Amino acid sequence: MFAQEFMRNALLAGTFIGAACGLVGYLVVLRAQVFAGDALSHVAFTGALAAAAFGVDARIGLFAATILVAIGMGGLGERARADDVAIGVVFAWILGLGALFLAIFTTRSSAGNGTAAVRVLFGTIFGLSLSDAAIAAAVSAAAIAVTVAIARPLVFSSLDPDVAAAQGVPVRLLGLGFLAVLGAVAGEATQAVGALLLLGLLAAPAAAAQRLARSPYVGLALSTALAVAAVWIGLALAYVEPSLPPSTAIIAVAAAMQVAAAPRLRVLRAMRG
Amino acid sequence: MSIDASIFQGLSWNPVTDVHRLLEFHFMVNALEAGTTVAVLAGAIGWFMVLRRQTFAGHTLAVIAFPGAAGAALAGLPLAFGYFGACVAGALALAGIPGDPSRESAATGTVQALGLGLGFLFVSLYGGLLNGVSALLFGTFLGITDHQVLTLVVVAVAALGALAAGGRPLLFASVDADVAQAAGVPVRALSLGFLLLLGLAVAATSQITGALLVFALLVAPAAAAQRLTARPLRGLLLSVGLGLVVTWLGLALAYFSVYPAGFYITTLAFVAYVAARFAR
Repeated sequence: MFAQEFMRNALLAGTFIGAACGLVGYLVVLRAQVFAGDALSHVAFTGALAAAAFGVDARIGLFAATILVAIGMGGLGERARADDVAIGVVFAWILGLGALFLAIFTTRSSAGNGTAAVRVLFGTIFGLSLSDAAIAAAVSAAAIAVTVAIARPLVFSSLDPDVAAAQGVPVRLLGLGFLAVLGAVAGEATQAVGALLLLGLLAAPAAAAQRLARSPYVGLALSTALAVAAVWIGLALAYVEPSLPPSTAIIAVAAAMQVAAAPRLRVLRAMRG
Repeated sequence: MSIDASIFQGLSWNPVTDVHRLLEFHFMVNALEAGTTVAVLAGAIGWFMVLRRQTFAGHTLAVIAFPGAAGAALAGLPLAFGYFGACVAGALALAGIPGDPSRESAATGTVQALGLGLGFLFVSLYGGLLNGVSALLFGTFLGITDHQVLTLVVVAVAALGALAAGGRPLLFASVDADVAQAAGVPVRALSLGFLLLLGLAVAATSQITGALLVFALLVAPAAAAQRLTARPLRGLLLSVGLGLVVTWLGLALAYFSVYPAGFYITTLAFVAYVAARFAR
């Protein structure tokens, strides 16, 4: 398995992206911002397609879109922090724009097919070159470093924003910075697992870690480890079974971890009534 | 091909001629009938969804429609079967997630990502559906059959009938669950019932707008209506009315241009919402 170059690149990028997603994802779940993460991952799609439609490098479109929208949402945040409706309306429109850029791209390129969209939506972790993988690792490592640096005040202000603000923690600035990091991670992870699936890598290991760990710092470490493990196992499964797409395998492993961490299989019980 | 010159190449700017030409082809009549049905259903159910703050659940159900459709295509079943089956199953799964809000949203997110992952698996197993993926995700109004229109109308009438029957207690339970519970309203049963209705509405809508753009019809008209009026009946009617205008205009614009209906519908819905925000 390690003899294949594409597999080594995938493992390199996947390890760092997984670690960044696990770490940031835990804070996303702690701060109840899963829907914001969802919106950002969809924005990544529009950014990448806009870049494709106008012939710019996809990465520029990805990061520009996710980070700008992240900061925009943070700016709206204080007045309308839990305004899921506003997020929903805005990101429905942004996805509509994505459909427009897809149409422009397919009418312009003579190849004329939907594969570009499929790549962005579902990721191409097996198609990364060594330089792609190195950039992915570097961006993820930077995101991890920033997150670790602000982790303490961030956890404090997530758990009790009022007390944190009273103690002089810059709650608003931290929230904004965190959203920008989330945007960068979303943009990077889009290349690995795709715009539509990265939510699973953000939410599932974090939810599992939240159930298993008592203290937030243990939870952070556990969530990171689980996400990396999900990427590794998923990649290995996809390698062994070629008809299984790697992003599906990664998400399936992550979801299995979350279910396994649940105290009882509540979904099954509820279905039985 | 020059894009700006050919955006609206078929349009004569004479409303009577244009409407006449819009209805010239059978597929367009079907698209308008299906769009109308879906707009009414999504406007009404969406109003309750926005009131109950279940936009994330709605989005998740919408996304689950995609693996349903892809799985049905793989198994050789009718697409509508996959849409409705997956959304009802998704609604049951969401109803089974226990209460705590932060865990609830994480679990909802996992359900969503897993659904999309499965959809991608089905699509790649099916092969040769790569162009179909865009249609499943972003919708198509071409090639809607008479049979599909009929199915949509039947589902919409049933769902709206159920909503009308349970509307009053549902409104009560949505506005203040604790008081409603104390007054003997079956809050939990209503909540499950509403998720099932939401699943039906989403499945119907996603056949026209695609799984990713359902939100445009489900959230935006309802959110705009709730900005404009707090009175339930008036809000519901306004939400349905806005949904209809957005759908009709969007389909008509798409008919006369090279760009997809999903883009026009989402943009018009967004404009309606922004206008409603500023109108207040």
